[in-house]
Amino acid sequence: MAKKESNFLNMVFTLFIVTALAATALGFVYELTKEPIAAAKLKAKLEAVSLVVPEFDNNPSDEMYTIPSDLGDLECYPARMGDELIGTAISTITKMGFSGKIIVMVGLSPDGTIIQSAALDHLETPGLGTKMTQPKFKDQYIDKNPGKENIKVTKDGGIIDAITASTITSRAYSDAIQRAYDAYMKGGQK
Amino acid sequence: MNQWKNFSKGFFKENAVFVLLLGLCPTLGVTSSAINGLGMGLATAFVLVMSNLVISLIKNLIPDKVRIPVFIVVIASFVTIVQLTMEAFVPSLYDALGLFIPLIVVNCIILGRAEAFASKNNLVSSLIDGLGMGLGFAMALTMLGAIREILGNGSIFDIRFVPEDASTMLLFILSPGAFIVLGYLIAFINRLNKSKS
Repeated sequence: MAKKESNFLNMVFTLFIVTALAATALGFVYELTKEPIAAAKLKAKLEAVSLVVPEFDNNPSDEMYTIPSDLGDLECYPARMGDELIGTAISTITKMGFSGKIIVMVGLSPDGTIIQSAALDHLETPGLGTKMTQPKFKDQYIDKNPGKENIKVTKDGGIIDAITASTITSRAYSDAIQRAYDAYMKGGQK
Repeated sequence: MNQWKNFSKGFFKENAVFVLLLGLCPTLGVTSSAINGLGMGLATAFVLVMSNLVISLIKNLIPDKVRIPVFIVVIASFVTIVQLTMEAFVPSLYDALGLFIPLIVVNCIILGRAEAFASKNNLVSSLIDGLGMGLGFAMALTMLGAIREILGNGSIFDIRFVPEDASTMLLFILSPGAFIVLGYLIAFINRLNKSKS
């Protein structure tokens, strides 16, 4: 087959056909993957919620509500067993991270005591700041109530031992949890 | 053309990363662990094979002056397909590779093979070229990721072989480590290629 000549009509026609075919193919793939993507996102969210609150039997993402804080609205996922509220998973945020924002999921019991916490999204230094995901650091917050105890790092007069060589990340983690607690106690319970 | 030579050139003789030094941006960016390197390498290999295949099929239907836009549309479509599929079925890998997936579009190795090889050769040769080049690229990224992960984190494919709190050479996981390891690997491959010829 001879090569097509590069005249105006040929070029416009070819480009049109190629882009139309590409668009059709992509639309098709999008439709195919739409549901699995939504399911994967929901699963990731529910997994994050179940990391930080005890066992629940409702669907926390159906009952999601937001509470205001100084860094925008925080998402709250109430976890219930039977009809009783056993904890609320709050997706909180801090801007004090070593490299940008850190998003932390923290579970608070109805009186504000920390159940568990987990960093969801961050850009901290691998091997240093990322140690915040290890139990050795984050388990220090368990059963602490930010209203009664000072959950800052020891350098700032608090009770949390900072990660070696990552004081900034540790500080940021405390800041995120404090933000969740403050917003929650200001009337975020439902 | 000898098809075996056509396939194997992508691994050492004309390896995209070690010899042609193409596609270095994702190479340096995502190889902080072996699994990330392998995932990125295989995603790129898939796009390379599919775009080589399509372009060698339609090469005679495309007027010369618009060939580059057509190649880019074809490549971008396959990248988007990879991206959507990854997000749906391997979300953890998708999160780890992040921005680098859409950037496969501008990976020069893919457009390079389309322009230099697939638009001049038949279907079978282009397919084999894409496979060889793509797998060679995946191999390079996995090697780089594995070495960085072993030195910097004391693990390989997430399997740790040193205690959790042992101190490792963090530098290799950070960006400078990528350059250092790549430099040594290039020197090593050059030495191999030289002693062969």
